[in-house]
Amino acid sequence: MSKSDPKAPKRLAIIASKGTLDWAYPPLILASAGAAMGWDVAIFHTFYGLTLLLKDIKAEVTPLGNPAMPMTMPFGPEAFQKIDWPIPTAMMSTPGFNAMATGMMKKLFHDKGVASVPEMRAMCVEAGVNMIACQMTMSVFGFQKEDFIPECTVGGAGMFLDYAADAEVQLFV
Amino acid sequence: MTTLQEDKLLDCSGMLCPVPVIKTSKAIKEMQVGQVLKMVSTDPGAPPDMVAWARQTGNELLDSHQEGKQYIFYFRKLK
Repeated sequence: MSKSDPKAPKRLAIIASKGTLDWAYPPLILASAGAAMGWDVAIFHTFYGLTLLLKDIKAEVTPLGNPAMPMTMPFGPEAFQKIDWPIPTAMMSTPGFNAMATGMMKKLFHDKGVASVPEMRAMCVEAGVNMIACQMTMSVFGFQKEDFIPECTVGGAGMFLDYAADAEVQLFV
Repeated sequence: MTTLQEDKLLDCSGMLCPVPVIKTSKAIKEMQVGQVLKMVSTDPGAPPDMVAWARQTGNELLDSHQEGKQYIFYFRKLK
């Protein structure tokens, strides 16, 4: 996949290694924006980033172990929404807390006009972003090609580096 | 300023990054070279993004200005 034509479009090579709701966004936003700029884009999905290729994305988010995450309410008056609630760490590990935090983040993003993760991924696929699944981590975690969206391809570190070697922009997320 | 007449209007009100860039890219692909696209956004991040998009794609940004909470852009398709 090396770029022999000097007039070929710019290239963006992204590694997506995380599968939480918050970290699902950066690779998909950058990839879709790159494609919209006329660039050639590939995302190499490895480790937990593989879950972004599942037909049904189940990405969740938790503030547990993430003290920088604002715990704000996605409803009520503006002043109320700006309060960063001090949630005790012990409460973050109670059953249902992930689901609640995930629901709140989804609502907040939706209300602010941010596209959902499945919508962002669909935009990437439609724009021709090459979604590559890492074969090694698929084998480790027991994922099959059939678990993923049919548009994805399967490859390894060598294949990705061959592409990335000729990319103007390379990002690890 | 002479009044620009658009051939196509794209309303991206209420949408945040990167959707205005993606929708603008899709809209201009369906147009003819020389035609003018007017895009309306309410995303405060749109002005620098749309300048960059025009530079990267080789389309001409004819005008951009703000009217209240709206950011208005006129692009001419160059290729």
